Amino acid sequence: MSRCFEAALAVLLSLGACIATAADLYPGVGRPATPAEVRAWDIDVRPDFTGLPKGAGTVERGLVLWEAQCASCHGVFGESNEVFTPIVGGTTADDIASGRVHALVSGASPQRTTMMKVATVSTLFDYIQRAMPWTSPKSLSPDDVYAVLAYLLNLAEIVPADFELNERNIREVQARMPNRNGMRTDHGMWPGAAAAHGGMGNGGKSDTKNTACMTNCKPAPQVVSMLPDYAQDAHGNIAEQNRNIGQTRGKQTAVAGGAAHAAGGEGPLALAQARGCMACHGVASKIVGPAYDEIAAKYRAQADAEARLLSKLKTGGQGVWGAVAMPPQAHVQDDELRQLVRWILAGAQAR
Amino acid sequence: MANQDARPGRLRLAPENFLSDADIRLVQQGRRDFLRKALLGASAAMALPAARAAGEGDPAILELPPWSTSLGQPVAAMPYGMPSRFERNLVRRESPGLTRVGASSVAFTPLQGLFGILTPSGLHFERHHQGWHDVDPARHRLMINGLVKTASVFTMDDLMRLPPVSRIHFIECGANTGMEWGNVAVPTVQYSHGMLSCSEYTGVPLRTLLDFCGADYRKGRYVLAEGADGSSMTRTIPMELVESGEVLVAYGMNGEMLRPENGYPLRLVVPGVQGVSWVKWLRRIEVGDAPWATKDESVHYIDMMPDGTHRQYTSVQECKSVITTPSGGQMLLDRGYYNISGLAWSGRGRIRRVDVSTDGGINWREARLETPVLSKALTRFNIDWVWDGKPAILQSRASDETGYVQPGYGQLRAARGTRSIYHNNAIQSWKVIESGEVSNVQVL
Repeated sequence: MSRCFEAALAVLLSLGACIATAADLYPGVGRPATPAEVRAWDIDVRPDFTGLPKGAGTVERGLVLWEAQCASCHGVFGESNEVFTPIVGGTTADDIASGRVHALVSGASPQRTTMMKVATVSTLFDYIQRAMPWTSPKSLSPDDVYAVLAYLLNLAEIVPADFELNERNIREVQARMPNRNGMRTDHGMWPGAAAAHGGMGNGGKSDTKNTACMTNCKPAPQVVSMLPDYAQDAHGNIAEQNRNIGQTRGKQTAVAGGAAHAAGGEGPLALAQARGCMACHGVASKIVGPAYDEIAAKYRAQADAEARLLSKLKTGGQGVWGAVAMPPQAHVQDDELRQLVRWILAGAQAR
Repeated sequence: MANQDARPGRLRLAPENFLSDADIRLVQQGRRDFLRKALLGASAAMALPAARAAGEGDPAILELPPWSTSLGQPVAAMPYGMPSRFERNLVRRESPGLTRVGASSVAFTPLQGLFGILTPSGLHFERHHQGWHDVDPARHRLMINGLVKTASVFTMDDLMRLPPVSRIHFIECGANTGMEWGNVAVPTVQYSHGMLSCSEYTGVPLRTLLDFCGADYRKGRYVLAEGADGSSMTRTIPMELVESGEVLVAYGMNGEMLRPENGYPLRLVVPGVQGVSWVKWLRRIEVGDAPWATKDESVHYIDMMPDGTHRQYTSVQECKSVITTPSGGQMLLDRGYYNISGLAWSGRGRIRRVDVSTDGGINWREARLETPVLSKALTRFNIDWVWDGKPAILQSRASDETGYVQPGYGQLRAARGTRSIYHNNAIQSWKVIESGEVSNVQVL
């Protein structure tokens, strides 16, 4: 936008304000928000720390909260790759000094962890406060969020073990974020104004340039990648994923009714899918947690099996099947839990 | 006999010596149904009640089916209709192993079987960050605050009283085709390109609501959109898009209310921009003077460059296209005529043309664009092809009204390397071999 146009627009807007406000156009629609309502929902925290609530939390207290509420998904040291990608790892003291994560340049780290990527500590505060813990978001107080964040920052060696994070010293932490200089906005895919006009992109100029050549465009196509044989049936039977009429059919890639079934349907299997159980458990195969077949075998002939599994599902479990714990399934209703437990103990048949 | 043409409606003469000695012995033993199977194909033969001379005609014609000889269902037997039971193959599907938690996962639209440009609402792809809820519309509120004269609250009743607009736009996840940055990873177009849908959305321009609240357009050059789900998904949107009038606070989709999986009762529609910015279960819009660097603008949805930096706030979905039929995992039935069909789209406006190659990009022909050709919407293209039974590589290459031409894999990787996840808009290749089998390949 040119300066001249901007000036004209400003005049136009102020004129508009003199004539009639939009609110006058739609009487009876909407109402002012009360201050308490705005406070209840306006929870975002920006990189300049606008919106940051007052509070404080120590690394030590963060550890206690972490083990109770976070470790089941993220691992005790924020390193687990079982449920989500790891939070901590891949950063060094040199990265903290330079503000660039060397492993992103060298490709040395197999996983890109949260701490390798995140440039702004406000992002972590904001996200933990609004979305964590996974199954009961927004249940942490500001002090809890400070403590959990302090624990994570300590794991990443950004703050010492005796650190107390608060709304004042978080600015100093920002100056030690390992990838604080790792973000760029000088690209063509920001849809707003260019940096030259007060925005942050390059105004939409793309970084690739192809031309619409029509004939003899190259000597021969070079096939550089195709699906390996072992992956042919990884998405189930493609024949069952295509229409049975028309100009093509789906290729037979697996036995009928195999993996990669559609969501939906009825019965306990559909319920297990709907409640996210099948993300971590297979009927006959271990994924993150044990297969239902294994669970049924383990608890066979135990009279109190149903009650024990119900309690495990409600409160979460740890250590029975390995290091990865199962978080409490607070999002599943009691009668659904009972239905699932009975189904699992009966052998988890599809019907 | 295994090579018998099983296509419905086809009648084929028996070739000489098509029965082996063993087959003949079986027939001599009185297994007449075996002979019928051999001539007519297993499924058709099973339905034949009595011996009918082979070659007389197609049993689908000669034997009247139940739907021609009995009473059908009454009206409203299915008060909210469902597709035919014969269409159950075409549903949203997850890609096994892609994510480990269903509440933060993706279900892909079956593009291989869709027609035209609109996605049936029940097949619209799903991507959630903390699971979906069926939100009670009577308890849903939209708040607008920040750099506005009056922070305001709107009920659904309020929003649905305001003058609505309806527009057809595509929505594509920024990670669509992301599994294929480095190499071929998935078999079909459902998994390679199925985080893509196109619908008619109905709602109120966000600009109307910001005007209503007295937004400060001079200072407030960014808005934050926030959802009501567990993750309270947040994304920064530039005010320029809002001022254009294109951004909608939408409650309608394809003539009905939004489906719960797509944000019922309210979502943001941000044409041309990746799906994560189309915040579902929209509960709040804040006007501000700086971007927010939310989790999905700082840890995910950032584009990895070869020098180890990440591009932040990449949002526009650049011009892209894909052939949906014939496509990966499909089999061509026979040699002869085919209609190559596919979809093209651009986050920067209208599709201007689509070229199609059947020889892996050596030679190209311009495809027919079917109407309507709308800005920031899917555009259907079609082109004739007579398959001679020889190997072929099918590709499509779209251009938009800005003159931008969809890049090949070589060009995209030269600019952005192979370690990224998001915004892969490279030319897709499907390889056809003599058997008629079509598979996913990458071509330089």
